[in-house]
Amino acid sequence: MEEEKKKQTVIPIGPYHPLQEEPEFFKLFVNGEKVEKLDIEIGYNHRGIEKISESKHFDQVAFTVERICGICSTSHPFAYVNAVEDLAGIEVTDRTKYIRSIVGELERLHSHLLWLGLAGHFIGYNTVWMWVWKAREPLLDVMEYITGNRQHYSMFKIGGVRLDILNEDIPRMEKMLDGLLPYIDLFKGAVMDDPVIQARAKGICPLTKKEAIDFCAVGPLARASGVDIDIRRDNPYAAYGMVDWKVITAVNGDIFDKIVVRVLEMYESVKIIRGCLNGLKKEPEGNFDLKIKNIPAGEGIGRHEAPRGEVFHFVRSDGSNRPVRHKIRAPSYVNVPTNEITAIKGTISDAAITLGAVDPCYCCTERCVVIDKNTNKKILGGSDLIKLSQEKTRELKKKMGITE
Amino acid sequence: MESIIEKAREKLGNKVKNYFKKNEKRHYLEINPHDIIECTKIMFNGLESRFITATGVHLRTGFEIMYHFSYDKTGEVITLRVYLNEKDKPEIDSITPLIRGAEWIEREIWEMLGINFKNHPNMKRLLLAEDWPEGKYPLRQTEK
Repeated sequence: MEEEKKKQTVIPIGPYHPLQEEPEFFKLFVNGEKVEKLDIEIGYNHRGIEKISESKHFDQVAFTVERICGICSTSHPFAYVNAVEDLAGIEVTDRTKYIRSIVGELERLHSHLLWLGLAGHFIGYNTVWMWVWKAREPLLDVMEYITGNRQHYSMFKIGGVRLDILNEDIPRMEKMLDGLLPYIDLFKGAVMDDPVIQARAKGICPLTKKEAIDFCAVGPLARASGVDIDIRRDNPYAAYGMVDWKVITAVNGDIFDKIVVRVLEMYESVKIIRGCLNGLKKEPEGNFDLKIKNIPAGEGIGRHEAPRGEVFHFVRSDGSNRPVRHKIRAPSYVNVPTNEITAIKGTISDAAITLGAVDPCYCCTERCVVIDKNTNKKILGGSDLIKLSQEKTRELKKKMGITE
Repeated sequence: MESIIEKAREKLGNKVKNYFKKNEKRHYLEINPHDIIECTKIMFNGLESRFITATGVHLRTGFEIMYHFSYDKTGEVITLRVYLNEKDKPEIDSITPLIRGAEWIEREIWEMLGINFKNHPNMKRLLLAEDWPEGKYPLRQTEK
């Protein structure tokens, strides 16, 4: 037993990542190619936002929590304003609701695109990566146009939004969506019809429905495993109950289903944005802020379906101008632990895409190093791990008789 | 879809000490700390609601933990509230043996507020650094 233990190789993945709220450090215990155990360590970038929030005014907190995440930066203020409005019993105007949903869905589109591009890169489809970046750019331009920022839009405030979307800007947004659809079709085709991606992703490291429920997983990850949950539909807020769209689910929970769910969700996001833009046209301009002054004592719970799943905020007020307790739970907090059981169903060359399929941020995986436990010698670096993953795809292609 | 709260109150029976309805979708139930395992079983296994997370709060009289459960078919959030009237060494049973998804949050509450979760399978630090001093809990009101 002792001998066995010595031979075990540990692959550390991480620890630091500057983009996501939860930089992760994965320790892969491997035996040859096979992953046997996974240890997750987080907390390298713990900033104590919950504590900071207790020292800020209710209005400032919306902008503070926006800094939790760079990719889904609007999710946290969205859930936070939902929580405070739940606490104070505020009902915002329809125009506000539409604008909030538009910003939320634009963000989902760019987040899913970003994920898709990186997933492509990991399994050796760098063309997909480049195409995605091209498709994502007009989206960010529109974001900058309507909010002033490409990231960290600072659109949300209690009782409203910071800026109106003028009716004259709507055609520009519709044009952007028209231009985006052919790209999503392209990606859908690239994923659904490509035999190599199918061979590379189908049946790899699946998360079963029972496991998803046990781990309380949320978002596209849970939906890919057949857990039919989506806060936008289940507990409608903003304009999600006012427009027509549907929740995408799959059954197998493998990498392939996780890709498919995210690609198909993009169509729904486009549908929601179109519905909201049509709704905006009927609402009078300028009616987008209730100018809330006081927050009463009480408790409020706010939720938002972020690109990665349900964001949960709990706010308690004692009637002063600051929250006395502000609890935040990001979706990755419940999604990342699922790697403990999915990663051990695969090999090292699947690890990059498996850990990635949860949609944490990627630099963690970029910083992989394989270290032999005996000698402490570095065997593989982060780029080697991606190379390994890409080589597996190449070999598969060769076996299938596809030339590059 | 029928609301779940009546069913939950019926199943929890006299374990519920206090019920507060914030609105149609938000319910708060106060229970005794020693009932937490029973109540979690009813909420998670019996009613098949999803465990969202738990919130720990430091009060003048001790500690408070709120276990938030989501019933996704109706979009209701049911919060089980527990008061621990112990100022120095608060303790409660861990629900991680029942719900794997509770492992991280219990570890977080343990290191942030110093509440011990009995029978937790993997109690070690989650977020704080290794060199953080023992017995110093950042989310207690005594810390500035």
